[in-house]
Amino acid sequence: MSDIAQATTVPTLEERFSGKLIPETRSGYQGYIVKSENLIEVATTLRDELGYDYLSSVTAVDYLPEDILEVVYHFYKSTGGGALVLKVQTPRNASVVSSLTPLFPGAEFQEREVWDLLGVRFDGHPDLRRILTWEGFAGHPLRKDWKEPFYEGDVKPYDSRWPAGHISRAEDNNPFGSNVQYPQGFDPAAWVAEGDDALYRIMKKAEPDSEAEHLGSEQIIVNFGPQHPSTHGVFRMVVSLDGETIVDLKPVMGYLHRNHEKIAERNTFLMNMPFTDRLDYICSMSNNFGYALAVEKLLNIQVPERAEYIRVIMAELTRLSNHMIAIGTLLNDMGAYFTPMLYYLEERELILDIFEAVSGSRMMCNYFRFGGVVRDLPDGILEKIKPLVFDRFPRTIDELDVYLTQNEVVRARCEGVGVLTPDQAIAFSAAGPTLRASGVPYDIRRADPYSIYDRFDFDVVVGYHGDVYDRYLVRMEEMRQSIRIIQQAVNTIPEGPILQGAPKYQFRVPAGEAYGRVEGPKGELGFYVISNGKGNPWRYHVRAPSFINVTPLTEMCRGGKVADAIITLGSIDIVLGETDR
Amino acid sequence: MYGKGIIKGMGVTLKRFIDTYVDDLKRGKKRYHTAEGIAYRSSAEVSGAFTIQYPEEKALLPEEFRFIPFLVYDVEPDGTKKDRCTACGICAKVCPPQCIWIVRATDPQTGKPSPVSVDFYVDVDICMNCGLCAEFCPFDSIKMDHDYEIAVYDRMKYNIYDKEKLSKSASYYASIRPVNYAREEKARAEAEAAKAARKKAV
Repeated sequence: MSDIAQATTVPTLEERFSGKLIPETRSGYQGYIVKSENLIEVATTLRDELGYDYLSSVTAVDYLPEDILEVVYHFYKSTGGGALVLKVQTPRNASVVSSLTPLFPGAEFQEREVWDLLGVRFDGHPDLRRILTWEGFAGHPLRKDWKEPFYEGDVKPYDSRWPAGHISRAEDNNPFGSNVQYPQGFDPAAWVAEGDDALYRIMKKAEPDSEAEHLGSEQIIVNFGPQHPSTHGVFRMVVSLDGETIVDLKPVMGYLHRNHEKIAERNTFLMNMPFTDRLDYICSMSNNFGYALAVEKLLNIQVPERAEYIRVIMAELTRLSNHMIAIGTLLNDMGAYFTPMLYYLEERELILDIFEAVSGSRMMCNYFRFGGVVRDLPDGILEKIKPLVFDRFPRTIDELDVYLTQNEVVRARCEGVGVLTPDQAIAFSAAGPTLRASGVPYDIRRADPYSIYDRFDFDVVVGYHGDVYDRYLVRMEEMRQSIRIIQQAVNTIPEGPILQGAPKYQFRVPAGEAYGRVEGPKGELGFYVISNGKGNPWRYHVRAPSFINVTPLTEMCRGGKVADAIITLGSIDIVLGETDR
Repeated sequence: MYGKGIIKGMGVTLKRFIDTYVDDLKRGKKRYHTAEGIAYRSSAEVSGAFTIQYPEEKALLPEEFRFIPFLVYDVEPDGTKKDRCTACGICAKVCPPQCIWIVRATDPQTGKPSPVSVDFYVDVDICMNCGLCAEFCPFDSIKMDHDYEIAVYDRMKYNIYDKEKLSKSASYYASIRPVNYAREEKARAEAEAAKAARKKAV
C-alpha cells in the first residue's frame, strides 16, 4: 500500500526543478525564489507541463534595506485553483531580469510598468519604454528613495496636522515647476515628442505584396485620442493604416496617471480604502472588496456572515451597473448615440440610489472595512432591492435584449469583429468578460472561490466566438446571473454583526504578503499588499483588469477596419481611472 | 426576415416614447415639482421620464448621504455654544488626504494641553468626502454634511473652512440625520446613567 502511494506521488516542485526553485523562508511569504537565468526555463515548464498557463500578475517590490528589487509573478491554471508565486531577486543598482513577454505576451505591459515605476530592465522585452509616465520623467517613482514633488513625509499621518495645525496649501509650499526634476540633459521647453517618433518607427509596415504596395500608396499613421470621444477617457491609440485596414496599433496611456500605488504606500492601511474607490470609479464596491480581502488575509480575520452577504449583494449590484454602462457605451461607440445608453442609465440610477442609501455616496462608496462593512443596511433597503431584482431588472433586461440583441446593424457591426482566440486570451492574460467570451470558462467566483460565492447557484457565462458580439452577449447574460445571486442573497441574508471586533482605524498588520483577488466586473482585480509590521503597507500593487485587458487590443484589431478598432476597444470595457492608476 | 430585429427594437423605442406621454398625462401635475413626484421618479415603479430637474427640483437625500464634514456644537440651557470637539486629533490622523488641521489649546496657567480646539481647518479642495473622520470621532463631534452646493468663485479665498464656518448646531445635525442622532443620544444617556450609577455605588 505504502509502496504504491510512494510510487504514484507526484514529485514536488522543488524535486521537479532540482534546486532551481528555492522555497520562501521569510515568515508570512509564500512561493519560490528563482534565479533570473532559470526563469524562462521554469516558466516554460510551468506553462507547458504543469498547466500554469495564466500569468495573472507581474510586479516588483523595492526592498531598500536589503538593497534588492524583487520581481513577483503570480501564475494560475486556467482550469482553476490557487496561485503559484515566483520571485526573482536582482540588485537595486543593476537590476535586470529576463523578460517573460515572449512566453506570456500578457506580461508586455506589466513589465513595461515595472520598468517605468521601479526601474527593472527586462532582457528580451520587445518594446521596453515607459508606459505610465512620460519621457521627461526623472527616476522610477515606486523606488523607496524616490520623493514626489509635493513630498511632505514618508508616511501619513503628517505631524503638521495636529496638535499645532500649521495650515498651508501644498501648491503654495511647492509652486508648480520649482521642484520638478527632469532626466539629465532634458529641456522641457526644447523637447519635441521624440517618444512619438520612436513609436512611429516601430509600427509595422505593410506586407510587401499588399494592396498598398501595389498601388504605390503610402501608409499613414493616425492618432486616435487622447482627446477622442470613443476612447472613454484620455486614452490614445496610434494606428498605422493601409487604406482602411489596420496594419498595426499601439495603445498609449498614462494621461490620468497619479501613482496610486505610491500614494497608497504613504497611507495607512485603512486610508487606502477610499482611494480604491477611485480606481475604477464605476465599480467602487468591487474595488473595496478586493482590497479588503488582501488585508484580511494578512490580518487573518474572519468576516461575519451578515457582512459577507452584504458584500456579495453590493458586489453583484456593482457588476450589474458596470455592465449596463459597458453595453451602453459600446452602443454609443457603434453610433447608436445615447438612446441605449440612457435606457441603461435609468436602471443604473436605481442601483446608485441603493449605494447612496447604504454607503452615503453614489460612486465613491468606501463601504468595506477589514473584517466587515462600515454600517448595517439601513431600514427598508432590502425592501427596495427586492422589487428591483425580482421584478424590474429581469423585465427591463429582457426588454433591452429585444431592443438590441437581434438588431441587424448591431450584429453586422459586431459579429466576427475583434476576434480573440481562447489560446490568445489566456496568453495575453485577458480577464473577465473578455476572457470568457473567448471560450475560457474562467470566473474567479468559481475557479478560486472567495467570500461566500460557493453557496450560490449561478452559471459561469461563456461565449465561443471571442468577438465583440460574444462579449456583448456574455455581459447581458452575466447581468442575469448577478440578479440570480442577489435574489438568493436577499432571501437568505441572516441577522447578526456586520464587523469583526470593534471599529478600528489602526491595525497591527503582521509582516508578510497577501494577494487578494476578486472577479470584478471588468475582470480579475487583484491587490498585492506587503506589510513590514508597521502601520503603512510597504508595497501595494493593483492588478488592474482595465490595464491588462488592453494588451491584446493590437492582436484583436490588426487586419480589421479602422471603425472596428473603436468598438473593439469599447467591447473590452476599460475605465481610465484604473488603466492609468 | 431581414430587418425584423431592427423593427422589434424600434418597437421598444416607440413604446418608451409613448410611455413618457402616457405617464405624464396619467399623473398630471403631481409628476413634477412635488415631493411625491420626485419620490416616484426615483422609485422602482417609474416609467417615462425619470430625470430630476435640478435646480428647480432636488433629489431626495438618504440619511447616510455624505458631503464635507462639519463640527457639531451643543447649545447649553443658558444659550452658550459648547463645542463637542476635544481636539483629540483622531480625525486628523485618519483623514486619507490629510485635509484636517487642528490647533489644540493650551492651558495658560499650567502650559498643558487642554481639550479644546483653538482653530479647526478643513481644506475642502482636498477633502475626498470619505467620511472616515465622522466614523471614528469618539465624541460624535465631526459629522458629514448634506449641503452639496458649495461652489465659489475663488477657491484660494474661500475653500479653506475655519472653525466658524465648520460649526453647526446639534439641532441641525438632528434634522439631517435623525436616526443616527437618536441612536447616539440614547447611547450617551445610557453611558451617563451607568456613570451616575457607578458613582452612587461608590
